[in-house]
Amino acid sequence: MNVLALDFPPITHLFEWPDILFGDTLYAVNKTVLIYLAAVVITAAIFLTAGRKKTSLVPVGVQHVAESGVNFIEESVVMETIGPEGKKYMPFLTTMFFFILFSNIFEVIPGIQFPANSRMAVPITLALIVWLIYNFVGIRSQGLGGYFKNSLFPPGVPKALYLIVTPIELVSTFVVRPFSLAIRLWANMVAGHLLLVTFAVLTAALWDATYVGAAAPFAMLVLMTGFEILVSVLQAFIFTILTAVYIGGSLHPAH
Amino acid sequence: MLNVLAETATGEMLEGLKAIGAGLGYGLAAIGPGIGIGTVVGNAISSMARQPESAGMVRTTMFLGIAFTEALALIGFVVFILLMP
Repeated sequence: MNVLALDFPPITHLFEWPDILFGDTLYAVNKTVLIYLAAVVITAAIFLTAGRKKTSLVPVGVQHVAESGVNFIEESVVMETIGPEGKKYMPFLTTMFFFILFSNIFEVIPGIQFPANSRMAVPITLALIVWLIYNFVGIRSQGLGGYFKNSLFPPGVPKALYLIVTPIELVSTFVVRPFSLAIRLWANMVAGHLLLVTFAVLTAALWDATYVGAAAPFAMLVLMTGFEILVSVLQAFIFTILTAVYIGGSLHPAH
Repeated sequence: MLNVLAETATGEMLEGLKAIGAGLGYGLAAIGPGIGIGTVVGNAISSMARQPESAGMVRTTMFLGIAFTEALALIGFVVFILLMP
């Protein structure tokens, strides 16, 4: 069984899962794909049920989750970084936050225990979508020349320093940003998963040998599981807020 | 000196050197971001203690600073994975 985490998979599965369906084709399905599909379905289900129901004055259940999520994105992401005119990017930011959150949180759900974002494909795709959006927003709001002038020649810098500043800005704005976004999410998830795997294997090995010795790594495993819940939420938040910062930077060049 | 090393470093020794390089590389890459994140969080805490009413704004900015600083350590981690045989 390659889907449920009922026993330890071989160590090679840490970086590559075998295909389950449609093997050797372009549409091969493995555990990562299934987790992403589940994340899409959960995100869509939450917001479709919350949006379709007659809104009650006191939100309960799914509606409460959706409303507090939207509220959180509005107050601590959009208003803090873009301002009121950023509200039209709310649907994109909210959907992305919940999609990343759900595909991360499978890391600590018993029986699955695998963060789908520890594979590079989807983080880099999301980061490239973000790259397209903030460049498009910048070009549309400042014009092609204005956007490149403001991002490559930031105002308030002495003329001679442009020799150094412009190449740095060129690389950091147009090349490093999407890669650092993707690598931040991916590497955090890989590192967290490796940490949990290490302590789980250690616990199992010591349990087989001594029973008592397994207590220390097991305590560490429980602690680290709690820490990984924090990391999952935090990485979704950081990805969303950096997207908002980049969009905000394209909208207001002066900052 | 390097030429001599490259000539003798074949097979297993090359693998060993790779592993040493990967381990050292990640360790070195973690020093700077460690100090940096400490500075970011320390200053954020002291500003939150001075002005508790601005804690929300400071916290958001602190996470941004942590994210930018942490990227360097994560690049070290990626190099570690790439170098591992």
